[in-house]
Amino acid sequence: MTPPEPAVSVSDLRKQYGRFSALDGVTFDIHRGETFALLGPNGAGKSTTIEILEGYRDRTSGEASVLGVDPGKGSLDWKAQLGIVLQSTGESGAVTVREQLAHFAGFYPNPRDVEQVIAAVGLEEKASTLIRKLSGGQRRRVDVALGIIGTPALLFLDEPTTGFDPESRRQFWQLITSLKNEGTTILLTTHYLDEAAHLGDRAGIIAGGKLIDIGAIDTIGGADARVPLVRWVDGGVSREQRTTEPSTLVARLVRENGGVELDGLEVVRPSLEDIYLGLVAAYERSVPEPVEGLASTGSANGVAK
Amino acid sequence: MTTITIPRLPAGRTLKLGGSRIVNEVRAYFRQGDSVFFTFLFPLVMLTIFSTAFSNQSFGTDAAGDDVSAAAYYLPGMLAAGLLLSGLQNLAVDIANERSDGTLKRLAGTPLPVVSYFIGKIGQVLVTGAAQAALLLLVAAVAFGVALPTEPTKWFTFAWVFVLGVTTSAVLGIALSRVPRSGKSATAVVIPIVLVLQFISGVYLTFSQLPDWLQNIASVFPLKWMAQGMRAVFLPENFEAAEPGGLWNLEGVALATGIWFVVGLVVCRVTFRWIRKDS
Repeated sequence: MTPPEPAVSVSDLRKQYGRFSALDGVTFDIHRGETFALLGPNGAGKSTTIEILEGYRDRTSGEASVLGVDPGKGSLDWKAQLGIVLQSTGESGAVTVREQLAHFAGFYPNPRDVEQVIAAVGLEEKASTLIRKLSGGQRRRVDVALGIIGTPALLFLDEPTTGFDPESRRQFWQLITSLKNEGTTILLTTHYLDEAAHLGDRAGIIAGGKLIDIGAIDTIGGADARVPLVRWVDGGVSREQRTTEPSTLVARLVRENGGVELDGLEVVRPSLEDIYLGLVAAYERSVPEPVEGLASTGSANGVAK
Repeated sequence: MTTITIPRLPAGRTLKLGGSRIVNEVRAYFRQGDSVFFTFLFPLVMLTIFSTAFSNQSFGTDAAGDDVSAAAYYLPGMLAAGLLLSGLQNLAVDIANERSDGTLKRLAGTPLPVVSYFIGKIGQVLVTGAAQAALLLLVAAVAFGVALPTEPTKWFTFAWVFVLGVTTSAVLGIALSRVPRSGKSATAVVIPIVLVLQFISGVYLTFSQLPDWLQNIASVFPLKWMAQGMRAVFLPENFEAAEPGGLWNLEGVALATGIWFVVGLVVCRVTFRWIRKDS
């Protein structure tokens, strides 16, 4: 039994703009069929990473392999296996949604059905509308539709749901779940941590060009960051306590309270968002003083793996 | 490790996709109001203005002694200007905009061959340029009573001057689209070039009346030759004497335009990038 080659493999990836290190030694793998969420604050290096993997940017150093190919030297055969939803949408858009999708479908050897894709992104009503006449959120859905029209083996989603209303976001999640079920490997960046938690199998958190943590969605940040928090009000004073045994604590508090209900009782399990914010804040405290435009003086390797 | 194998794309898709691009490009072209006006209808507007403004003037007489009208006199120049506008101006601005607005970045992420993209652009120019020329000829003949040539040899000359001129103009447009730093600056870079060329190449001003040094400069550029080729088709035979060296010099037209075509093609292939990496 040999392990399958990862869909994406990145090792000590670096990107230097003059003296500024946009990426400072990032290492991770994405397994085939996995949905990997790359999280981090603005300017942390998410888009730089994803654009290097898509072949849009050259790396300064390090290794990168996407579907077994160096993304800096990707052929058309290789591009036919990718689906790319870029962070920014543009285009003058003097074609209709249906025309654009049918046209792009022709680029790929094994495209999806145009009408089905239009329905999957919820644009049936707008299929005959010029793209330039769509709203921002609707255009974003066209971007997503163009990303999946070619039945990609690997789908890049760079902040795909920016500008979506909550209903569209739920619909998008369904679409991505069905792509996952078909075996599509997905690399997702997003600022919506609930989205990452809902869709992702694993996540990597990137800050200041370094990968500060990586792991399964339900274990990232380590056990300590996941210790539930019990909050209650005692004599008008808010109290809180972290404990791995919240039920025991609550039972004891009720007993001590003479069996009377506690005021304002809450048992909170840290969400991915709480854990993420904790990790990023801890990282920022650990960096001496971020000097604008200067390379950080960190060690060679991220905390990855 | 079980490695990933990437299936090969079928052969022969470059031309097929080029055809699909042409359809897409032509459709989008006619939906852009500004390109339709400034590149497609512009020569027609200019022909109408010149023909009306100088309607009482004679521009010489043909062999039979009949007056040559303003419309007849300006028709070849406007046809040549149409070649330049439909090809060079249209594509240089269009592609610079596509680079700015993310169209090219999106295409760069798909398995569309660059050559198919070029075919789409050149095809668009051929189709719109042909429609523009047909409209010019129609309006000249019907509205301004210009007698069009009847000899097949003249139309043969027209056909090759048109095809060579418009494709040359198209590849030069693709090559020039690299120059503007943004879509917004594209018209500012391209329009002056196109305008100056039109003034020194015998489109608006009579070429034989320009000073020799200016004629020599214009002769370096292809528009002068395209205009000369068009004059050979549409002006009376006795006008040949007014040409440089007293000859239509169609061999020169083919050679000069052909050289620009080859140079333009090489520049396109060598310099064209979907995106400016790392910008």
